[in-house]
Amino acid sequence: MAYDKFTVLQSTAVPLPNENVDTDQIIPARFLKATEREGFGDNLFRDWRYDVEGNPKKDFVLNDRTYSGKILVAGKNFGSGSSREHAVWALYDYGFRCVVSSFFADIFKNNCLNIGVLPVTISPEFAELLFTAIAADPNTVVEVNLPQQKITLLATGTSESFDINEYKKDNMQHGFDDIDYLINMAAEIEGFAASR
Amino acid sequence: MEKNTLFDKIWDAHVIKSVPAGPDVFFIDKHFIHEVTSPVAFLNLKLRGIGVKYPNRTIATPDHNVPTVDQDQTIKDKLSRMQVEKLRENCAKYSIELHDLGSAHHGIVHVIGPELGVTQPGMTIVCGDSHTSTHGAFGAIAFGIGTSEVEMVLATQCIMQSKAKKMRISVEGTLGKGVTSKDIILYIISKISAAGATGYFVEYAGSAIQSLSMEARMTICNMSIEMGARGGLIAPDETTFAYLKGKQYAPKGADWENAVAHWKTLKTDDGAIFDKELVFEAADIEPMITYGTNPGMGIKVTGTIPTTKGMEGSNKTSYLKSLDYMGFAPGEAVKGKLVDYVFVGSCTNGRIEDIRAVAQFVKGHQKAENITAWIVPGSREVEKMAHEEGLVKILEEAGFELRQPGCSACLAMNDDKIPSGKYAVSTSNRNFEGRQGPGARTMLASPLTVAAVAITGRITDPREVFGN
Repeated sequence: MAYDKFTVLQSTAVPLPNENVDTDQIIPARFLKATEREGFGDNLFRDWRYDVEGNPKKDFVLNDRTYSGKILVAGKNFGSGSSREHAVWALYDYGFRCVVSSFFADIFKNNCLNIGVLPVTISPEFAELLFTAIAADPNTVVEVNLPQQKITLLATGTSESFDINEYKKDNMQHGFDDIDYLINMAAEIEGFAASR
Repeated sequence: MEKNTLFDKIWDAHVIKSVPAGPDVFFIDKHFIHEVTSPVAFLNLKLRGIGVKYPNRTIATPDHNVPTVDQDQTIKDKLSRMQVEKLRENCAKYSIELHDLGSAHHGIVHVIGPELGVTQPGMTIVCGDSHTSTHGAFGAIAFGIGTSEVEMVLATQCIMQSKAKKMRISVEGTLGKGVTSKDIILYIISKISAAGATGYFVEYAGSAIQSLSMEARMTICNMSIEMGARGGLIAPDETTFAYLKGKQYAPKGADWENAVAHWKTLKTDDGAIFDKELVFEAADIEPMITYGTNPGMGIKVTGTIPTTKGMEGSNKTSYLKSLDYMGFAPGEAVKGKLVDYVFVGSCTNGRIEDIRAVAQFVKGHQKAENITAWIVPGSREVEKMAHEEGLVKILEEAGFELRQPGCSACLAMNDDKIPSGKYAVSTSNRNFEGRQGPGARTMLASPLTVAAVAITGRITDPREVFGN
């Protein structure tokens, strides 16, 4: 469905440097039993966030009030594994609008773009710089500028460009989705389908 | 003449339009749906006031969250029941073919698709499940999608995706005794890592791959996603045609001859260029097992867990966190370690050939005292054959518990959970933290290795237990 428009986001960021965070960690399978897209944020990183009795684990970053914000800065190979879009729904529902990593799994990245959470791929060096800056000052503000395709650490002005294809960029900026596009080419699709 | 890869040929034939500086509008021949990733897609269709455009191109089955006992009764878990009922309701409303619990072809979506002959060479196939790559074994482009894309396919039979880069992985030579296709894929992933093929679509080739049965090929393509690949495929050949012939949805009569003639053209041209090429020797591959929390963390069963030498920063931290979860230390051997559960099943290794292999090896043996052994057929058809061939009797005599078809303990959405802290050696595809239940410790291996572990109760090299 059409989603929030994304242009420029300025926010503090939550660091999660773990590598190979798979979608089973982002939202475990046992919490996928819904028929509507609501409330998934409660179970975001469930088994890292809560112990078996449901008490918050103090050492997990989402339970540390030092860190907050709409940007998640994640480690390498974020979102691997299952294609569950619920992982992105959970991030969105929790309040994240942008995920930054030096390396994303393909399906996860697609899912992000399809619901309007911006995946920003940066160099490993810039990722390291972000982790260091956030550790030094958890209130440091990161700007993600989609029109300019640029991510900036505002305190120092250090920035890096990121890639996104023009079509997806336009969709994100206007809150359009692919179905809007596909429905508009129904006649072409019908012609093609008839030939198969 | 232009030289194309198999992937190019199928992909390009399904592109209706390439958006400038954007993705391709990509036509989908067949779409599989299940109860977990489809309800929100149907809900959104309703909100948009649109329907399902080509219902005869979608096939449904409930598999992910269904119980594997008492399938003839009402599902006890309320949320699971609601998802299955929602699937029934949506299929009825939009006239979508449903293979429901208890019906002759109920089962894991990636097991029943090939079994019914729905999966055919040259097709494009998607499903809201990352192991859709399984169908690539037939020379199809098949991959997992998210729920937004499930909605797109239902509404328009298309998705919008950019074409992946191309990789060919060749495995040459003859496999050793006790080495299976599961070992091949675990070996490849251990060599290139759980992200080693991200951004690529992989074609598997070489004499070792060509020698494999369809079931064994499916196991390899199934785990393509575990090295990050968009999907994996294998060129169709006589093995493929023999498997498909006579299947319910396979072409018949003159249509069959025409189809086979076309399918024979579906191969990579000599001299076609891949973005990346890797070659492995079958003789280097031994029975494999994973020791960590992603499928790239695999070693030969007789090997030792890598040390942290050369690792630093978050790489080292993540590695040690993973070993800590597993209760293992760097540098130690895995062989001989005590195990609590074995699980035979899933879309990776829940086919009849897998159950035959396990039954053949455990025949006349008893499972070890410390082992709980679950065997879950991938489909009703597999279950039926296992009964008819006398495999169930052999397995039950060996102390295995046979359950009804479903995804089961592979992802533990139902009650088939491995308790916290316990070790499970599993034929499934993911050893992620908590994958088989909160706190569960999963080690992935082949059905043969799992059979050996069931008998000895410890991590075991199957070649030692069963000789030659």
